[in-house]
Amino acid sequence: MTTTTRTTPPATTSETPAYRPSAGKRAQVWLANHFAMITAVLVLLYLFLPVAYTFVFSFNDHGKTNIVWQGFTWEHWQDPCGVQGVCESLVTSLEVGVISTVVATVLGTLMALAMVRYKFRGRSASNVLIFVPMATPEIVMGAALLTIFVQGFANIGINLGFGTIVFSHIMFCLSFVVVTVSARIQSLDPRIEEAAQDLYASPMQTFWKVTFPLILPGIAGAAMLAFSLSFDDFIITNFVSGNESTFPKFVYVASRRGIPAEANVIGFSMFVIAVLLVVGAQVVSSLRASKYKS
Amino acid sequence: MSALAHVAGDPGLEPAAAAPEVKRRSWTAYLLMLPGVLWLAIFFLLPLVQLASVSLQSRYPGFPGYYYRDLNFSNYASALTDYAPHFARSFLYAGLATFLAFAVAYPLAYAMAFKAGRWRNLMMICVIAPFFTSFILRTFAWSQILADEGWVAGVLNFLHLLPNGHIINTPIAVVAGLTYNFLPFMVLPIYASLERADPRVIEAGGDLYANGFTTFRTVTLPISMPGVLAGTLLTFIPAAGDFVNMELLGPQRGKMIGNVINDQFLAVPGGYPVAAALSFTLMAAILVLVFLYIRRFGTEELV
Repeated sequence: MTTTTRTTPPATTSETPAYRPSAGKRAQVWLANHFAMITAVLVLLYLFLPVAYTFVFSFNDHGKTNIVWQGFTWEHWQDPCGVQGVCESLVTSLEVGVISTVVATVLGTLMALAMVRYKFRGRSASNVLIFVPMATPEIVMGAALLTIFVQGFANIGINLGFGTIVFSHIMFCLSFVVVTVSARIQSLDPRIEEAAQDLYASPMQTFWKVTFPLILPGIAGAAMLAFSLSFDDFIITNFVSGNESTFPKFVYVASRRGIPAEANVIGFSMFVIAVLLVVGAQVVSSLRASKYKS
Repeated sequence: MSALAHVAGDPGLEPAAAAPEVKRRSWTAYLLMLPGVLWLAIFFLLPLVQLASVSLQSRYPGFPGYYYRDLNFSNYASALTDYAPHFARSFLYAGLATFLAFAVAYPLAYAMAFKAGRWRNLMMICVIAPFFTSFILRTFAWSQILADEGWVAGVLNFLHLLPNGHIINTPIAVVAGLTYNFLPFMVLPIYASLERADPRVIEAGGDLYANGFTTFRTVTLPISMPGVLAGTLLTFIPAAGDFVNMELLGPQRGKMIGNVINDQFLAVPGGYPVAAALSFTLMAAILVLVFLYIRRFGTEELV
Protein backbone atom coordinates (compact mmCIF):
# COMPACT_ATOMS: atom_id res chain seq x y z
CA MET A 1 0.00 0.00 0.00
CA THR A 2 3.07 2.19 -0.04
CA THR A 3 2.62 2.23 -3.77
CA THR A 4 -0.15 4.80 -3.75
CA THR A 5 1.68 7.28 -1.51
CA ARG A 6 4.33 7.81 -4.14
CA THR A 7 2.05 9.54 -6.57
CA THR A 8 0.66 12.00 -4.04
CA PRO A 9 2.77 15.14 -3.61
CA PRO A 10 4.81 15.33 -0.43
CA ALA A 11 3.29 17.38 2.38
CA THR A 12 6.34 19.63 2.62
CA THR A 13 5.53 21.44 -0.63
CA SER A 14 2.84 23.43 1.17
CA GLU A 15 5.59 25.34 2.98
CA THR A 16 6.88 26.86 -0.24
CA PRO A 17 4.65 29.25 -2.20
CA ALA A 18 2.48 27.22 -4.56
CA TYR A 19 3.83 27.14 -8.09
CA ARG A 20 1.07 26.94 -10.70
CA PRO A 21 2.34 25.85 -14.06
CA SER A 22 0.76 27.50 -17.08
CA ALA A 23 -2.01 25.74 -18.96
CA GLY A 24 0.35 24.90 -21.81
CA LYS A 25 2.89 23.48 -19.42
CA ARG A 26 0.17 21.45 -17.70
CA ALA A 27 -1.04 20.06 -21.01
CA GLN A 28 2.52 19.13 -21.82
CA VAL A 29 2.92 17.37 -18.47
CA TRP A 30 -0.43 15.59 -18.94
CA LEU A 31 0.69 14.37 -22.35
CA ALA A 32 4.06 13.32 -20.96
CA ASN A 33 2.39 11.37 -18.15
CA HIS A 34 0.02 9.60 -20.45
CA PHE A 35 2.66 9.09 -23.11
CA ALA A 36 4.51 6.82 -20.69
CA MET A 37 1.35 4.90 -19.76
CA ILE A 38 0.16 4.56 -23.37
CA THR A 39 3.56 3.29 -24.43
CA ALA A 40 3.57 0.90 -21.46
CA VAL A 41 0.20 -0.57 -22.42
CA LEU A 42 1.35 -1.00 -26.03
CA VAL A 43 4.48 -2.80 -24.82
CA LEU A 44 2.36 -5.10 -22.65
CA LEU A 45 0.13 -5.88 -25.64
CA TYR A 46 3.28 -6.69 -27.60
CA LEU A 47 4.37 -9.06 -24.80
CA PHE A 48 1.01 -10.83 -24.92
CA LEU A 49 0.63 -11.02 -28.71
CA PRO A 50 2.35 -14.43 -29.12
CA VAL A 51 0.43 -15.78 -26.11
CA ALA A 52 -2.78 -14.77 -27.86
CA TYR A 53 -1.61 -16.55 -31.02
CA THR A 54 -0.85 -19.66 -28.98
CA PHE A 55 -4.37 -19.51 -27.57
CA VAL A 56 -6.12 -18.93 -30.89
CA PHE A 57 -4.21 -21.67 -32.68
CA SER A 58 -5.12 -24.16 -29.95
CA PHE A 59 -8.56 -24.16 -31.62
CA ASN A 60 -7.19 -24.59 -35.12
CA ASP A 61 -8.67 -27.53 -37.01
CA HIS A 62 -5.31 -28.15 -38.62
CA GLY A 63 -4.15 -30.97 -40.81
CA LYS A 64 -0.50 -31.85 -40.83
CA THR A 65 0.91 -28.49 -39.74
CA ASN A 66 -0.59 -25.93 -37.38
CA ILE A 67 0.70 -22.80 -39.12
CA VAL A 68 -2.20 -21.34 -41.08
CA TRP A 69 -5.73 -20.95 -39.72
CA GLN A 70 -8.01 -23.60 -41.15
CA GLY A 71 -11.12 -23.64 -38.99
CA PHE A 72 -12.44 -23.89 -35.47
CA THR A 73 -12.56 -27.03 -33.36
CA TRP A 74 -12.82 -28.01 -29.67
CA GLU A 75 -11.09 -31.29 -30.41
CA HIS A 76 -7.66 -30.42 -29.00
CA TRP A 77 -9.08 -29.07 -25.74
CA GLN A 78 -11.19 -32.21 -25.28
CA ASP A 79 -8.18 -34.49 -25.53
CA PRO A 80 -4.92 -32.59 -24.91
CA CYS A 81 -3.04 -35.88 -24.56
CA GLY A 82 -4.27 -37.04 -27.96
CA VAL A 83 -0.90 -36.62 -29.59
CA GLN A 84 1.76 -39.13 -28.70
CA GLY A 85 4.47 -37.86 -26.35
CA VAL A 86 2.99 -34.51 -25.42
CA CYS A 87 1.61 -35.44 -21.99
CA GLU A 88 4.54 -37.72 -21.18
CA SER A 89 6.91 -34.81 -21.79
CA LEU A 90 4.69 -32.52 -19.72
CA VAL A 91 4.79 -34.95 -16.78
CA THR A 92 8.58 -35.17 -17.08
CA SER A 93 8.83 -31.37 -17.07
CA LEU A 94 6.60 -31.10 -14.00
CA GLU A 95 8.60 -33.75 -12.14
CA VAL A 96 11.91 -32.14 -13.06
CA GLY A 97 10.52 -28.74 -12.11
CA VAL A 98 9.25 -29.81 -8.70
CA ILE A 99 12.39 -31.72 -7.67
CA SER A 100 14.75 -29.01 -8.94
CA THR A 101 12.70 -26.27 -7.28
CA VAL A 102 12.63 -28.00 -3.89
CA VAL A 103 16.35 -28.80 -3.84
CA ALA A 104 17.48 -25.46 -5.29
CA THR A 105 15.24 -23.51 -2.93
CA VAL A 106 16.50 -25.32 0.18
CA LEU A 107 20.19 -25.13 -0.78
CA GLY A 108 19.86 -21.54 -2.02
CA THR A 109 18.06 -20.33 1.10
CA LEU A 110 20.76 -21.83 3.33
CA MET A 111 23.40 -20.08 1.22
CA ALA A 112 21.53 -16.79 1.30
CA LEU A 113 21.31 -16.94 5.11
CA ALA A 114 25.06 -17.54 5.34
CA MET A 115 25.90 -14.84 2.78
CA VAL A 116 23.82 -12.11 4.43
CA ARG A 117 24.11 -12.98 8.10
CA TYR A 118 27.67 -14.20 8.49
CA LYS A 119 31.15 -13.01 7.72
CA PHE A 120 33.42 -15.87 6.87
CA ARG A 121 36.56 -16.66 4.96
CA GLY A 122 35.81 -17.25 1.29
CA ARG A 123 32.67 -15.16 1.33
CA SER A 124 33.67 -13.04 -1.67
CA ALA A 125 34.85 -16.12 -3.58
CA SER A 126 31.45 -17.69 -2.90
CA ASN A 127 29.83 -14.51 -4.16
CA VAL A 128 31.69 -14.87 -7.48
CA LEU A 129 30.78 -18.58 -7.64
CA ILE A 130 27.11 -17.63 -7.25
CA PHE A 131 27.22 -14.77 -9.74
CA VAL A 132 29.18 -16.36 -12.60
CA PRO A 133 26.58 -19.05 -13.52
CA MET A 134 24.06 -16.25 -14.11
CA ALA A 135 26.51 -14.47 -16.44
CA THR A 136 27.40 -17.62 -18.40
CA PRO A 137 25.49 -18.24 -21.63
CA GLU A 138 23.26 -21.28 -21.32
CA ILE A 139 24.84 -22.89 -24.34
CA VAL A 140 28.25 -22.87 -22.64
CA MET A 141 26.79 -24.40 -19.46
CA GLY A 142 24.94 -27.01 -21.50
CA ALA A 143 28.07 -27.89 -23.47
CA ALA A 144 30.18 -28.13 -20.31
CA LEU A 145 27.60 -30.35 -18.60
CA LEU A 146 27.36 -32.58 -21.66
CA THR A 147 31.12 -33.16 -21.73
CA ILE A 148 31.33 -33.99 -18.02
CA PHE A 149 28.28 -36.27 -18.16
CA VAL A 150 29.43 -38.12 -21.26
CA GLN A 151 33.16 -38.30 -20.49
CA GLY A 152 33.05 -38.47 -16.68
CA PHE A 153 29.74 -39.43 -15.13
CA ALA A 154 29.00 -42.13 -17.69
CA ASN A 155 31.99 -44.06 -16.28
CA ILE A 156 30.27 -44.30 -12.89
CA GLY A 157 26.99 -45.41 -14.37
CA ILE A 158 25.16 -42.07 -14.67
CA ASN A 159 23.89 -41.74 -18.20
CA LEU A 160 22.10 -38.85 -19.87
CA GLY A 161 18.44 -38.79 -18.85
CA PHE A 162 16.11 -37.70 -16.09
CA GLY A 163 18.84 -37.54 -13.42
CA THR A 164 21.24 -35.39 -15.42
CA ILE A 165 18.41 -33.00 -16.31
CA VAL A 166 17.57 -32.58 -12.61
CA PHE A 167 21.25 -32.12 -11.60
CA SER A 168 21.67 -29.39 -14.21
CA HIS A 169 18.41 -27.60 -13.42
CA ILE A 170 19.23 -27.45 -9.69
CA MET A 171 22.58 -25.89 -10.64
CA PHE A 172 21.25 -23.05 -12.76
CA CYS A 173 18.28 -22.35 -10.45
CA LEU A 174 20.50 -22.13 -7.38
CA SER A 175 22.07 -18.73 -8.10
CA PHE A 176 18.71 -17.12 -8.80
CA VAL A 177 17.34 -18.46 -5.51
CA VAL A 178 20.33 -17.10 -3.56
CA VAL A 179 19.96 -13.64 -5.11
CA THR A 180 16.19 -13.48 -4.57
CA VAL A 181 16.25 -14.72 -0.97
CA SER A 182 19.30 -12.58 -0.07
CA ALA A 183 17.44 -9.47 -1.19
CA ARG A 184 14.58 -10.37 1.16
CA ILE A 185 16.88 -11.08 4.12
CA GLN A 186 18.74 -7.81 3.55
CA SER A 187 15.50 -5.88 3.67
CA LEU A 188 14.68 -7.25 7.14
CA ASP A 189 15.19 -5.02 10.15
CA PRO A 190 17.79 -6.88 12.28
CA ARG A 191 16.30 -5.27 15.38
CA ILE A 192 13.25 -7.57 15.13
CA GLU A 193 15.46 -10.60 15.63
CA GLU A 194 17.42 -8.83 18.33
CA ALA A 195 14.15 -8.15 20.14
CA ALA A 196 13.31 -11.87 20.03
CA GLN A 197 16.69 -12.69 21.52
CA ASP A 198 16.23 -10.04 24.19
CA LEU A 199 13.01 -11.82 25.09
CA TYR A 200 15.07 -14.96 25.77
CA ALA A 201 14.23 -16.82 22.56
CA SER A 202 16.90 -19.35 21.65
CA PRO A 203 18.61 -18.93 18.25
CA MET A 204 16.49 -21.80 16.90
CA GLN A 205 13.26 -20.29 18.22
CA THR A 206 14.27 -16.91 16.84
CA PHE A 207 14.84 -18.43 13.43
CA TRP A 208 11.66 -20.50 13.18
CA LYS A 209 9.28 -18.06 14.93
CA VAL A 210 10.64 -14.74 13.64
CA THR A 211 13.15 -14.90 10.80
CA PHE A 212 11.63 -17.71 8.75
CA PRO A 213 8.07 -16.31 8.57
CA LEU A 214 9.50 -12.93 7.57
CA ILE A 215 11.63 -14.29 4.72
CA LEU A 216 8.97 -16.78 3.58
CA PRO A 217 7.58 -14.47 0.87
CA GLY A 218 11.11 -14.18 -0.55
CA ILE A 219 11.51 -17.96 -0.46
CA ALA A 220 8.14 -18.42 -2.17
CA GLY A 221 9.12 -15.92 -4.87
CA ALA A 222 12.44 -17.69 -5.37
CA ALA A 223 10.72 -21.06 -5.63
CA MET A 224 8.34 -19.71 -8.27
CA LEU A 225 11.23 -18.25 -10.22
CA ALA A 226 13.15 -21.53 -9.97
CA PHE A 227 10.15 -23.53 -11.16
CA SER A 228 9.51 -21.27 -14.13
CA LEU A 229 13.21 -21.30 -15.10
CA SER A 230 13.29 -25.08 -14.89
CA PHE A 231 9.95 -25.66 -16.61
CA ASP A 232 10.83 -23.40 -19.54
CA ASP A 233 14.46 -24.39 -19.99
CA PHE A 234 15.32 -25.75 -23.38
CA ILE A 235 18.95 -25.02 -24.26
CA ILE A 236 20.63 -26.79 -21.31
CA THR A 237 18.02 -29.56 -21.26
CA ASN A 238 18.63 -30.22 -24.95
CA PHE A 239 22.29 -30.95 -24.18
CA VAL A 240 21.86 -33.15 -21.12
CA SER A 241 18.57 -34.99 -21.70
CA GLY A 242 19.64 -37.88 -23.92
CA ASN A 243 16.47 -39.67 -25.00
CA GLU A 244 14.32 -38.11 -22.27
CA SER A 245 11.90 -35.45 -23.52
CA THR A 246 10.69 -32.43 -21.61
CA PHE A 247 7.80 -30.23 -22.73
CA PRO A 248 9.98 -27.50 -24.32
CA LYS A 249 12.07 -30.18 -26.03
CA PHE A 250 8.91 -31.86 -27.34
CA VAL A 251 7.70 -28.53 -28.74
CA TYR A 252 11.08 -27.75 -30.31
CA VAL A 253 11.38 -31.13 -31.97
CA ALA A 254 7.77 -30.90 -33.15
CA SER A 255 8.32 -27.38 -34.54
CA ARG A 256 10.21 -28.82 -37.50
CA ARG A 257 7.05 -30.44 -38.85
CA GLY A 258 4.48 -28.20 -37.16
CA ILE A 259 3.58 -28.07 -33.47
CA PRO A 260 0.35 -29.99 -32.74
CA ALA A 261 -2.41 -27.80 -31.29
CA GLU A 262 -2.45 -30.02 -28.18
CA ALA A 263 0.89 -28.41 -27.23
CA ASN A 264 -0.80 -24.99 -27.55
CA VAL A 265 -3.57 -26.21 -25.23
CA ILE A 266 -1.02 -27.29 -22.61
CA GLY A 267 1.17 -24.20 -23.01
CA PHE A 268 -1.79 -21.86 -22.65
CA SER A 269 -3.22 -23.83 -19.70
CA MET A 270 0.10 -23.54 -17.86
CA PHE A 271 -0.04 -19.79 -18.48
CA VAL A 272 -3.57 -19.55 -17.03
CA ILE A 273 -2.70 -21.70 -13.98
CA ALA A 274 0.43 -19.66 -13.27
CA VAL A 275 -1.38 -16.35 -13.61
CA LEU A 276 -4.16 -17.55 -11.31
CA LEU A 277 -1.56 -18.64 -8.74
CA VAL A 278 0.27 -15.31 -8.90
CA VAL A 279 -2.92 -13.28 -8.68
CA GLY A 280 -4.14 -15.49 -5.83
CA ALA A 281 -0.91 -14.96 -3.92
CA GLN A 282 -1.19 -11.19 -4.45
CA VAL A 283 -4.77 -11.16 -3.18
CA VAL A 284 -3.89 -13.25 -0.12
CA SER A 285 -0.93 -11.03 0.78
CA SER A 286 -2.91 -7.81 0.37
CA LEU A 287 -5.79 -9.25 2.45
CA ARG A 288 -3.28 -10.16 5.13
CA ALA A 289 -1.75 -6.69 4.98
CA SER A 290 -5.14 -5.03 5.43
CA LYS A 291 -5.96 -7.39 8.32
CA TYR A 292 -2.82 -6.27 10.16
CA LYS A 293 -3.60 -2.64 9.50
CA SER A 294 -7.06 -2.77 11.06
CA MET B 1 27.02 -14.24 23.08
CA SER B 2 23.69 -12.75 22.16
CA ALA B 3 24.32 -9.91 24.60
CA LEU B 4 27.58 -9.11 22.85
CA ALA B 5 25.89 -9.25 19.51
CA HIS B 6 23.28 -6.91 20.83
CA VAL B 7 25.89 -4.37 21.90
CA ALA B 8 27.71 -4.69 18.60
CA GLY B 9 24.53 -3.91 16.72
CA ASP B 10 23.19 -1.31 19.13
CA PRO B 11 19.94 -0.27 17.50
CA GLY B 12 19.88 3.11 19.22
CA LEU B 13 22.94 4.40 17.42
CA GLU B 14 22.58 3.15 13.89
CA PRO B 15 19.72 3.09 11.44
CA ALA B 16 18.53 -0.45 10.75
CA ALA B 17 19.95 -0.75 7.28
CA ALA B 18 23.41 0.38 8.35
CA ALA B 19 23.59 -1.85 11.43
CA PRO B 20 26.89 -3.72 11.44
CA GLU B 21 26.73 -7.34 10.44
CA VAL B 22 26.48 -9.74 13.33
CA LYS B 23 29.48 -12.03 13.39
CA ARG B 24 28.65 -15.38 14.85
CA ARG B 25 30.55 -18.67 15.05
CA SER B 26 31.51 -19.09 11.45
CA TRP B 27 31.31 -22.88 11.28
CA THR B 28 27.55 -22.41 11.10
CA ALA B 29 28.12 -20.33 7.97
CA TYR B 30 30.28 -23.04 6.43
CA LEU B 31 27.64 -25.66 7.18
CA LEU B 32 24.99 -23.50 5.53
CA MET B 33 27.19 -22.86 2.49
CA LEU B 34 28.53 -26.40 2.07
CA PRO B 35 25.76 -28.19 0.13
CA GLY B 36 25.20 -25.32 -2.32
CA VAL B 37 28.89 -24.68 -2.91
CA LEU B 38 29.48 -28.40 -3.44
CA TRP B 39 26.66 -28.48 -5.96
CA LEU B 40 28.07 -25.52 -7.88
CA ALA B 41 31.57 -27.03 -7.73
CA ILE B 42 30.42 -30.38 -9.13
CA PHE B 43 27.89 -29.14 -11.67
CA PHE B 44 29.35 -25.80 -12.70
CA LEU B 45 33.12 -25.60 -12.08
CA LEU B 46 33.99 -29.22 -12.78
CA PRO B 47 32.09 -29.26 -16.12
CA LEU B 48 33.87 -26.06 -17.17
CA VAL B 49 37.24 -27.66 -16.38
CA GLN B 50 36.21 -30.69 -18.42
CA LEU B 51 35.06 -28.43 -21.27
CA ALA B 52 38.46 -26.70 -21.19
CA SER B 53 40.21 -30.04 -21.37
CA VAL B 54 37.98 -31.19 -24.24
CA SER B 55 38.74 -27.99 -26.13
CA LEU B 56 42.38 -29.08 -26.23
CA GLN B 57 41.75 -32.72 -27.14
CA SER B 58 42.56 -34.22 -30.52
CA ARG B 59 40.48 -36.81 -32.26
CA TYR B 60 41.70 -40.20 -33.40
CA PRO B 61 41.78 -40.06 -37.16
CA GLY B 62 39.13 -42.36 -38.55
CA PHE B 63 37.28 -42.82 -35.24
CA PRO B 64 34.70 -40.07 -34.89
CA GLY B 65 33.66 -39.67 -31.27
CA TYR B 66 37.00 -40.79 -29.82
CA TYR B 67 39.48 -38.27 -28.45
CA TYR B 68 42.76 -38.29 -26.62
CA ARG B 69 44.14 -35.85 -24.10
CA ASP B 70 46.34 -33.29 -25.78
CA LEU B 71 47.26 -29.62 -25.88
CA ASN B 72 45.83 -29.04 -29.29
CA PHE B 73 45.39 -25.29 -29.64
CA SER B 74 44.49 -25.66 -33.30
CA ASN B 75 40.88 -26.17 -32.14
CA TYR B 76 40.93 -22.52 -31.07
CA ALA B 77 42.61 -21.44 -34.28
CA SER B 78 39.89 -23.13 -36.30
CA ALA B 79 37.21 -21.75 -33.96
CA LEU B 80 38.45 -18.22 -34.59
CA THR B 81 39.17 -18.44 -38.32
CA ASP B 82 36.35 -20.68 -39.57
CA TYR B 83 33.63 -19.20 -37.42
CA ALA B 84 34.58 -15.51 -37.11
CA PRO B 85 31.50 -14.44 -39.14
CA HIS B 86 29.24 -16.42 -36.81
CA PHE B 87 30.71 -14.68 -33.79
CA ALA B 88 30.34 -11.31 -35.52
CA ARG B 89 26.68 -12.00 -36.36
CA SER B 90 25.92 -13.19 -32.84
CA PHE B 91 27.32 -10.06 -31.25
CA LEU B 92 25.72 -7.80 -33.85
CA TYR B 93 22.23 -9.35 -33.53
CA ALA B 94 22.49 -9.56 -29.74
CA GLY B 95 23.69 -5.93 -29.58
CA LEU B 96 20.82 -4.72 -31.79
CA ALA B 97 18.30 -6.75 -29.78
CA THR B 98 19.68 -5.35 -26.52
CA PHE B 99 19.38 -1.78 -27.81
CA LEU B 100 15.82 -2.34 -29.07
CA ALA B 101 14.83 -4.06 -25.82
CA PHE B 102 16.18 -1.08 -23.90
CA ALA B 103 14.18 1.33 -26.06
CA VAL B 104 10.99 -0.68 -25.56
CA ALA B 105 11.54 -1.60 -21.91
CA TYR B 106 12.42 1.82 -20.55
CA PRO B 107 9.03 3.50 -21.05
CA LEU B 108 7.31 0.47 -19.55
CA ALA B 109 9.60 0.38 -16.50
CA TYR B 110 9.25 4.16 -16.13
CA ALA B 111 5.46 3.99 -16.28
CA MET B 112 5.40 1.14 -13.77
CA ALA B 113 7.64 3.01 -11.33
CA PHE B 114 6.12 6.50 -11.52
CA LYS B 115 2.76 6.49 -13.29
CA ALA B 116 1.05 3.20 -12.58
CA GLY B 117 -0.16 3.87 -9.03
CA ARG B 118 -2.44 1.07 -7.96
CA TRP B 119 -2.03 -0.72 -11.31
CA ARG B 120 1.61 -1.35 -10.53
CA ASN B 121 1.23 -4.91 -9.23
CA LEU B 122 -1.03 -5.86 -12.11
CA MET B 123 1.48 -4.50 -14.63
CA MET B 124 4.22 -6.44 -12.86
CA ILE B 125 2.21 -9.64 -13.28
CA CYS B 126 1.65 -8.79 -16.94
CA VAL B 127 5.40 -8.45 -17.52
CA ILE B 128 6.14 -11.85 -15.99
CA ALA B 129 3.03 -13.74 -17.16
CA PRO B 130 4.05 -14.40 -20.81
CA PHE B 131 7.03 -16.30 -19.38
CA PHE B 132 4.67 -19.05 -18.34
CA THR B 133 3.88 -20.00 -21.90
CA SER B 134 6.86 -21.96 -23.13
CA PHE B 135 9.27 -19.58 -24.90
CA ILE B 136 9.52 -21.99 -27.79
CA LEU B 137 5.74 -21.83 -28.28
CA ARG B 138 5.92 -18.03 -28.22
CA THR B 139 8.85 -17.96 -30.64
CA PHE B 140 6.93 -20.30 -32.92
CA ALA B 141 3.96 -17.93 -32.64
CA TRP B 142 6.25 -15.15 -33.90
CA SER B 143 7.04 -17.27 -36.93
CA GLN B 144 3.27 -17.29 -37.63
CA ILE B 145 2.90 -13.55 -36.94
CA LEU B 146 5.84 -12.62 -39.18
CA ALA B 147 4.99 -15.12 -41.93
CA ASP B 148 4.64 -13.87 -45.50
CA GLU B 149 0.85 -14.32 -45.36
CA GLY B 150 0.65 -12.55 -41.97
CA TRP B 151 -0.61 -9.04 -41.33
CA VAL B 152 2.78 -7.64 -40.25
CA ALA B 153 4.49 -8.52 -43.52
CA GLY B 154 1.33 -7.36 -45.33
CA VAL B 155 1.34 -3.89 -43.76
CA LEU B 156 5.10 -3.41 -44.16
CA ASN B 157 4.97 -4.55 -47.78
CA PHE B 158 2.06 -2.22 -48.46
CA LEU B 159 4.28 0.63 -47.20
CA HIS B 160 7.21 -0.71 -49.25
CA LEU B 161 9.35 -0.95 -46.14
CA LEU B 162 10.74 -4.42 -46.72
CA PRO B 163 13.72 -4.64 -49.08
CA ASN B 164 12.95 -8.16 -50.31
CA GLY B 165 9.35 -8.61 -49.29
CA HIS B 166 9.91 -11.03 -46.40
CA ILE B 167 10.46 -10.77 -42.66
CA ILE B 168 10.42 -14.43 -41.74
CA ASN B 169 13.69 -16.24 -42.46
CA THR B 170 15.65 -12.98 -42.42
CA PRO B 171 17.97 -11.47 -39.78
CA ILE B 172 15.21 -8.91 -39.04
CA ALA B 173 13.00 -11.69 -37.69
CA VAL B 174 15.88 -13.06 -35.61
CA VAL B 175 16.56 -9.68 -34.01
CA ALA B 176 12.83 -9.20 -33.42
CA GLY B 177 12.62 -12.61 -31.74
CA LEU B 178 15.66 -11.97 -29.54
CA THR B 179 14.28 -8.56 -28.55
CA TYR B 180 10.97 -10.10 -27.57
CA ASN B 181 12.29 -13.13 -25.71
CA PHE B 182 14.62 -11.27 -23.37
CA LEU B 183 12.53 -8.13 -22.85
CA PRO B 184 11.39 -8.94 -19.28
CA PHE B 185 15.07 -9.28 -18.27
CA MET B 186 15.46 -5.65 -19.34
CA VAL B 187 12.23 -4.36 -17.79
CA LEU B 188 12.61 -5.81 -14.29
CA PRO B 189 16.07 -4.41 -13.30
CA ILE B 190 15.28 -0.96 -14.75
CA TYR B 191 12.00 -0.96 -12.88
CA ALA B 192 13.76 -2.04 -9.68
CA SER B 193 16.25 0.84 -9.83
CA LEU B 194 13.62 3.44 -10.81
CA GLU B 195 11.28 2.22 -8.09
CA ARG B 196 13.94 2.95 -5.47
CA ALA B 197 14.42 6.48 -6.80
CA ASP B 198 12.66 9.41 -5.14
CA PRO B 199 10.19 10.90 -7.65
CA ARG B 200 10.76 14.32 -6.06
CA VAL B 201 14.32 14.32 -7.37
CA ILE B 202 12.96 14.00 -10.89
CA GLU B 203 10.27 16.61 -10.25
CA ALA B 204 13.03 18.92 -9.06
CA GLY B 205 14.55 18.72 -12.53
CA GLY B 206 11.32 20.15 -13.95
CA ASP B 207 11.14 22.76 -11.20
CA LEU B 208 14.62 23.93 -12.20
CA TYR B 209 13.28 24.63 -15.71
CA ALA B 210 14.85 21.63 -17.38
CA ASN B 211 12.70 20.39 -20.24
CA GLY B 212 11.52 16.80 -20.29
CA PHE B 213 14.40 15.49 -22.33
CA THR B 214 17.06 17.29 -20.27
CA THR B 215 15.52 16.03 -17.03
CA PHE B 216 15.53 12.53 -18.43
CA ARG B 217 19.13 12.74 -19.64
CA THR B 218 20.62 14.40 -16.57
CA VAL B 219 18.46 13.04 -13.74
CA THR B 220 16.29 10.01 -14.54
CA LEU B 221 18.69 8.04 -16.70
CA PRO B 222 21.68 8.33 -14.32
CA ILE B 223 19.47 7.25 -11.40
CA SER B 224 18.41 4.14 -13.30
CA MET B 225 21.90 3.35 -14.61
CA PRO B 226 22.51 0.31 -12.34
CA GLY B 227 19.25 -1.18 -13.62
CA VAL B 228 20.07 -0.35 -17.24
CA LEU B 229 23.47 -1.96 -16.82
CA ALA B 230 22.08 -5.14 -15.25
CA GLY B 231 19.26 -5.25 -17.83
CA THR B 232 21.56 -4.89 -20.84
CA LEU B 233 23.82 -7.66 -19.52
CA LEU B 234 20.88 -9.96 -18.72
CA THR B 235 19.61 -9.39 -22.27
CA PHE B 236 22.87 -9.41 -24.21
CA ILE B 237 24.44 -12.53 -22.66
CA PRO B 238 21.61 -14.99 -23.36
CA ALA B 239 20.89 -13.36 -26.74
CA ALA B 240 24.51 -13.80 -27.88
CA GLY B 241 24.42 -17.51 -27.07
CA ASP B 242 20.91 -18.22 -28.32
CA PHE B 243 20.18 -20.51 -31.24
CA VAL B 244 16.44 -21.08 -30.94
CA ASN B 245 15.39 -17.76 -32.49
CA MET B 246 17.76 -18.30 -35.41
CA GLU B 247 16.48 -21.86 -35.84
CA LEU B 248 12.77 -20.94 -35.79
CA LEU B 249 12.81 -17.46 -37.35
CA GLY B 250 16.09 -17.09 -39.21
CA PRO B 251 17.50 -17.83 -42.64
CA GLN B 252 18.95 -21.18 -43.66
CA ARG B 253 22.41 -19.68 -44.16
CA GLY B 254 24.23 -17.17 -41.98
CA LYS B 255 23.66 -18.78 -38.59
CA MET B 256 24.79 -17.56 -35.19
CA ILE B 257 27.52 -19.06 -33.02
CA GLY B 258 24.97 -20.81 -30.79
CA ASN B 259 23.73 -22.82 -33.76
CA VAL B 260 27.28 -23.86 -34.64
CA ILE B 261 28.06 -24.98 -31.07
CA ASN B 262 24.78 -26.86 -30.80
CA ASP B 263 25.22 -28.63 -34.13
CA GLN B 264 28.89 -29.45 -33.52
CA PHE B 265 28.03 -31.07 -30.20
CA LEU B 266 24.83 -32.85 -31.08
CA ALA B 267 24.86 -33.43 -34.82
CA VAL B 268 28.48 -33.53 -36.06
CA PRO B 269 30.34 -36.73 -35.15
CA GLY B 270 33.69 -35.89 -33.61
CA GLY B 271 32.71 -32.26 -33.21
CA TYR B 272 33.37 -32.00 -29.47
CA PRO B 273 36.87 -30.41 -29.40
CA VAL B 274 36.10 -27.59 -31.83
CA ALA B 275 32.68 -27.05 -30.24
CA ALA B 276 34.29 -26.85 -26.80
CA ALA B 277 36.84 -24.35 -28.12
CA LEU B 278 33.97 -22.32 -29.63
CA SER B 279 32.13 -22.37 -26.28
CA PHE B 280 35.17 -21.13 -24.41
CA THR B 281 35.84 -18.45 -26.98
CA LEU B 282 32.23 -17.30 -26.68
CA MET B 283 32.44 -17.21 -22.90
CA ALA B 284 35.77 -15.35 -22.98
CA ALA B 285 34.49 -12.84 -25.54
CA ILE B 286 31.39 -12.17 -23.46
CA LEU B 287 33.42 -11.79 -20.27
CA VAL B 288 35.77 -9.29 -21.97
CA LEU B 289 32.83 -7.32 -23.39
CA VAL B 290 31.09 -7.34 -20.01
CA PHE B 291 34.28 -6.23 -18.27
CA LEU B 292 34.86 -3.35 -20.71
CA TYR B 293 31.22 -2.38 -20.48
CA ILE B 294 31.23 -2.30 -16.69
CA ARG B 295 34.49 -0.31 -16.73
CA ARG B 296 32.89 2.23 -19.04
CA PHE B 297 29.44 2.60 -17.47
CA GLY B 298 29.80 0.65 -14.28
CA THR B 299 28.70 1.15 -10.77
CA GLU B 300 29.34 -1.21 -7.91
CA GLU B 301 25.64 -1.94 -7.59
CA LEU B 302 25.63 -4.69 -10.17
CA VAL B 303 24.23 -7.57 -8.18
